[in-house]
Amino acid sequence: MKLSRNALYGSLLLLPAAVLLWTFTYQPILTTIINSLFSTPRGRRSAEFVGLDNYDVMINDPVFWKAMSNNAIYAVTTIPLSMALALGMALLVNSKLRGQSLVRMAFFTPTVLPMVAVANIWLFFYAPDYGLIDQFLRPFGLAGNNLLGTPDTALWALIVITVWKEAGFFMIFYLAALQQISPTLLEAARLEGASPMQILRRVTLPLLMPTTLFVSINAVIGAFRLVDHVISMTKGGPDNATTLLLFYIYQTGFSFWDTSYAAALTVVLLAILALIALFQFGYADKKVHYR
Amino acid sequence: MKKLKTLTRTGVLSGLTILAMSSTAMAQTVVDFYYPIQVGGPLATVIEGYVAQFEAANPDINVVPVYSGNYQDTTTKALTAAKSGNPPAVAVLLATDIFTLIDEDVIEPIDNLFAADDQAWVDGFMPAYLASAIVDEHLWAVPFQRSTAVLYWNKDAFKEAGLDPEKYPTTWDEMVAYGKAVTTKDEAGNAKRWGVGIPGNPGSAQWLFTALAAQNGARLMNDAGTEVYLTDPTVIEALEFWRDLSTVEGIHPPGIQEWGTTPSDFLEGRIAMIWTTTGNLTNIRTNATFDFGVAPYPGHPNSASALGGGNLYVFKDASDEQKAAALKFIKFLTSDEIQADWSIHTGYVAPRDGAWETEALKAYVAEVPAADVARKQISTSVPEFSTYENARTTKALNDAIAAALTGGKTPEQALTDAQAEIERILRPYN
Repeated sequence: MKLSRNALYGSLLLLPAAVLLWTFTYQPILTTIINSLFSTPRGRRSAEFVGLDNYDVMINDPVFWKAMSNNAIYAVTTIPLSMALALGMALLVNSKLRGQSLVRMAFFTPTVLPMVAVANIWLFFYAPDYGLIDQFLRPFGLAGNNLLGTPDTALWALIVITVWKEAGFFMIFYLAALQQISPTLLEAARLEGASPMQILRRVTLPLLMPTTLFVSINAVIGAFRLVDHVISMTKGGPDNATTLLLFYIYQTGFSFWDTSYAAALTVVLLAILALIALFQFGYADKKVHYR
Repeated sequence: MKKLKTLTRTGVLSGLTILAMSSTAMAQTVVDFYYPIQVGGPLATVIEGYVAQFEAANPDINVVPVYSGNYQDTTTKALTAAKSGNPPAVAVLLATDIFTLIDEDVIEPIDNLFAADDQAWVDGFMPAYLASAIVDEHLWAVPFQRSTAVLYWNKDAFKEAGLDPEKYPTTWDEMVAYGKAVTTKDEAGNAKRWGVGIPGNPGSAQWLFTALAAQNGARLMNDAGTEVYLTDPTVIEALEFWRDLSTVEGIHPPGIQEWGTTPSDFLEGRIAMIWTTTGNLTNIRTNATFDFGVAPYPGHPNSASALGGGNLYVFKDASDEQKAAALKFIKFLTSDEIQADWSIHTGYVAPRDGAWETEALKAYVAEVPAADVARKQISTSVPEFSTYENARTTKALNDAIAAALTGGKTPEQALTDAQAEIERILRPYN
């Protein structure tokens, strides 16, 4: 069999990307899976094959289940909230509005701030008694809230920050998509006597579906990826109320030095993300019109 | 194609130049020095100044200082480097990391490097500081930047409440009584000013709780780092006292007090007495709009505190020349003059009596008497909570403290759970 010249060129052109993908994605995944089947090497004790021991420990680890349930709450709240807010803001700044660019900039600002800086600003918003939020609640007789220092409210306090930060980022995508919509479609709808609500439901939103899919994938990844504020605000406390899966992996790997257990936790996170990605690309993709 | 050839040639040539340059530097012993910065101020410049001073006196040694973030980042970097076979020669790491570092088999006992007259130098350190560096009759580390926590009190608030502004609480009962006197509420019953604030977030809780337990005559762990005593009645009583400050006495803010906002709480006048490190002294001195004082911790009945901060460690896989050079550098960093200077720049408590005899530190103490409070407290200080698998056991203790302070569990239940979990973690070491 003779290799055609085109095939040769093609594979050579693909080679650099393939090498990078293998080195930085597939090989680490394989190594992680292998490491999760061994014990953690310590000083004079080398790693030994332990099979599924690490996974057995995980099933009986209350902190792991706490991290999972926290992460579930975190995902199902931050994703729809930040997307809905982003769409609302995009529709607002897309319409004729005075000081339009100023409002756009204001909405986008939280996104360009580094998460660590954001976390430090919000630390003082949340401070009991003299923090911005407590100052605001004081006239209503609701002062003295220690939002970050109470297990029932700490996770919600972090959810608010995430929504505030992510929404501006997603707004940019929605705004770009809105500007792409052909005015003739909107004019035609108006001539037919459609109300603004109908135009939104029947014309604008369907045309935004591809963008919505793209943003939702980003939001899901973000829900499992964003842990900077946990590290700089609560360190997973009080009593694991704000421990998210990635933070727990970081803690296990780099403060407990239990690398094999951290590898097992990483395998679980990878499996979750792979399943979500399969669903999004395999199922949701087919539901989107106007490709 | 021709271009490519030239490129390769320049590449090879520059590679050779680099090799040639490094071989001239080979005559010097290179000592990598990792250090963290945990308190405010332009400290990297200060460290680099010390390095330059040392190199001027020792031209055959080249110290490369590497700023590595906070304590945890520095430990992570040093351990990662050591595991990949390329460790720093010397690093400033938490005193409480000692068991982890021994367990990972990456550090060298300092006494293995000693010459004949070095024991005299070691004897110059205060015994309280050496206590957290000696394991199995070996000295594994040298005290460098050690801190202790103290009580800061707002004299104006005391005066306002009709208390003697110069009289700080010396016992738990006095602290509660003074706290009640200075706590004020608005018409709606919301506190405008709290009596006392003790940070209880992860990372601070175990340090302040070690002190609270010591004040009640309790010890949290043994010297070998293999056993903990959290279910001892005196330990449970200490946690009950901490929780009751808020729930029973009503003089402590509810929930978990944050370490990071505690100095601002004090400066805003929201809390009249705070427990925090001597390292915050400069910040509070600069920004306080009222008269304040610094006092040793109260006791039940006797005052006690816990030592925190970092020690200098030498890494095992460095070459013999590097270890010898590292010991030289450590002796320089812990010399009386440098320790006095470091103390003035940072608020850390110099670990040698000789440093407090220097003119520089004497003059500073005359100007800032608060600096001396910490030194006087050293003799009644105990090592911070530290065991094998330290990060994990500390987390278990901190979770228990958080659960008790936020009402999730009773102190007795929380500490019983933590004791069981820590015993499980430490089983391989017993």
